Amino acid sequence: MTLETVGFWVVAVVLLASSLAVVLTPNLFHAVLYLAAALVATGVVFLLLDQPFLFAVQLLLYAGGVVTIVVFAIMLTERLVGERLVQTSRHLVNGAIVAAAVFVGVAGFLIRAPLEAPHPSQSVDTTAAIGRALFGPFAITLELLGVLLVVALLGALYFARSEE
Amino acid sequence: MIGLPAYLTLAALVFSIGLFGVLTRRNAIGILLGIELMLNAVNINLVAFARFSGNVTGLVFTLFTISITVAEVAVGLAIVIAIFRVRRTVEADRLDLLRG
Repeated sequence: MTLETVGFWVVAVVLLASSLAVVLTPNLFHAVLYLAAALVATGVVFLLLDQPFLFAVQLLLYAGGVVTIVVFAIMLTERLVGERLVQTSRHLVNGAIVAAAVFVGVAGFLIRAPLEAPHPSQSVDTTAAIGRALFGPFAITLELLGVLLVVALLGALYFARSEE
Repeated sequence: MIGLPAYLTLAALVFSIGLFGVLTRRNAIGILLGIELMLNAVNINLVAFARFSGNVTGLVFTLFTISITVAEVAVGLAIVIAIFRVRRTVEADRLDLLRG
């Protein structure tokens, strides 16, 4: 058992447990906190895959940004409704059947696919490679992404504006 | 040594859990949380494939996915709050204004 193997299993258990908690806990606020745990665990998976830059982006944008926005939304709606929001679920059995069917389909594909790829040692600094790719072949995509973020900001402002 | 299939299986499990959440939650915010889990699983897949093929394109694609997800969540929650102001509910079952 190498350190990577132990780390992978620990992270996998944490990720799956917090993901299950996100979809099963009745308290919406707790669900967001479990989502934060799941997002951090995903970041650690990125670390196991030798991508420290993506780990940082995951923490900053997902665990920092998304969770903050969702907590704001929950607090705003709870304040407007004046009571605690409870999460109820419906069609639990049907949902479980569909989700399990999707997993079995993907797993069956994984078993049949020839995935025995070698484990290449990635000695090059991927952060520098990502930077060169972003401002080289993907420069126009990056610019479009900036436009998209501005549009999303304006759209969110428009929807959430006050009436007057 | 952990190989590519282990990461892909983990991602498939997280994707299925997120799909279960999207299908069973009644609250619109809860559905958004399930979508977050599914997108997260896709990111794990992209990074794992990029790592094991030694190609940087998957990493760049992951960056784009993360950014677009953040924008999507911002607009989605703004819509949820706007709907809540009008209908006083965020339960997806009761938002049937467009039903014919």
